[in-house]
Amino acid sequence: MKELQVEVTVNGTRHSHDVEPRTLLVHYLRENCGLTGTNVGCDSSSCGACTVHLDGEAVKSCTIFAVQVDGQSVTTIEGMADTDGTLHPMQEAFHANHGLQCGYCTPGMVMAATSLLQEIPDATEAQVREGLEGNLCRCTGYHNIVKSVLACTEGGQQ
Amino acid sequence: MIPVAFDYQRAESAQHALDLLAEHGDEAKLIAGGHSLVPLMKFRLAAPSVLIDIGRLSELSYVNDSGDHLAIGALTRHFDVENDPLVRSQCGLLAEATSKVGDPQVRHRGTIGGSVAHGDPASDIPSALIALRAVMVITGHDGQREVSSSDFFLGFLETAVGEAELLTEIRVPKVPEAGWSFQKFNRRAQDWAIVGASVLVDGDNVGIGLVNMDSRPVRAASVEDAVRSGANSADASALAAEGCDAPADLNANAEFRAHLAAVLVRRGLEASGVT
Repeated sequence: MKELQVEVTVNGTRHSHDVEPRTLLVHYLRENCGLTGTNVGCDSSSCGACTVHLDGEAVKSCTIFAVQVDGQSVTTIEGMADTDGTLHPMQEAFHANHGLQCGYCTPGMVMAATSLLQEIPDATEAQVREGLEGNLCRCTGYHNIVKSVLACTEGGQQ
Repeated sequence: MIPVAFDYQRAESAQHALDLLAEHGDEAKLIAGGHSLVPLMKFRLAAPSVLIDIGRLSELSYVNDSGDHLAIGALTRHFDVENDPLVRSQCGLLAEATSKVGDPQVRHRGTIGGSVAHGDPASDIPSALIALRAVMVITGHDGQREVSSSDFFLGFLETAVGEAELLTEIRVPKVPEAGWSFQKFNRRAQDWAIVGASVLVDGDNVGIGLVNMDSRPVRAASVEDAVRSGANSADASALAAEGCDAPADLNANAEFRAHLAAVLVRRGLEASGVT
């Protein structure tokens, strides 16, 4: 099957690669762009470990073909901190509130949570729990994850 | 999991999509948000040799006020439907059912037309469209035709959309004063409904759509008739599974599904103002 050229802006940098149409976005990010912060978990759009932002919104990169996002803009966990290493407030909140245990779900959690708070800046605890419905933590460390996200809401305590 | 290899074509317009469908025939599959199709391809339950991407057709993404109904473009994403002020105020049941699909990430990609054209009996949105008596607009080379939601779902993953046709619009009657409720029973967050029910009561206009109670999304016509005749919620909901050939799987046998349908329809009727 014919390879197609795909151009994607990832974390502000333009990438261009020839890929098979069946290449999933998560594999494109990890293998073509070398950005391995985005994890593959369930590989069936249930667990959310592969969550990235597509044109600013959280999506599951295991359920999107790279060719579908040609010309669009993707942000991964590597693009969240400032170039000088200063963490994104959500990353800082996960750090401060012990919002991770093994860390495998964390990149997806941070990406899903930042997207959620863009849509509902003053989210309540119930809205945070429901809004993270698509992200599983197999350490079951949800309590501190929710606490971390709530710390980043409008009026939240950092 | 990697799907079987395929060729990829991006449609630049609805007409272009129809041309590509005509060219590739039944080897081709349309992809919009892809959140039903891509998992099927990864599990190799589907292996189209050509994917026609209609995901960029912004001409089919809209919610318009068309007098007595809302016209919703088939490529309107779930996220945009559930948050649309018109949908929320005029067809609240549809906004609510849409907000229960998958999770936020899925709703950022999935489209109303994709969900409906997939024809999955376990999907939430078809039940709401049945209850609301929506009309589907199907476009082919010979023009458009309208199919009622009662006649649209033909069998398991089978709809009235033909091989060389495209579902382009969904017309949903406006019911701003109606009582309504969407009931979804599942065991875990994000799961498909084991059984679900969409309930709409607007005077004599009574609509009940069921999720996962047959091989296709179905209407509970007996309940509708009973409510119209003045039955109370307990008596009417007892008829919920009448005529259904409910599936059996690891989550529930047919008997349990029939029980759930009655309970969910009763709760839905009560929440919609039927005593």
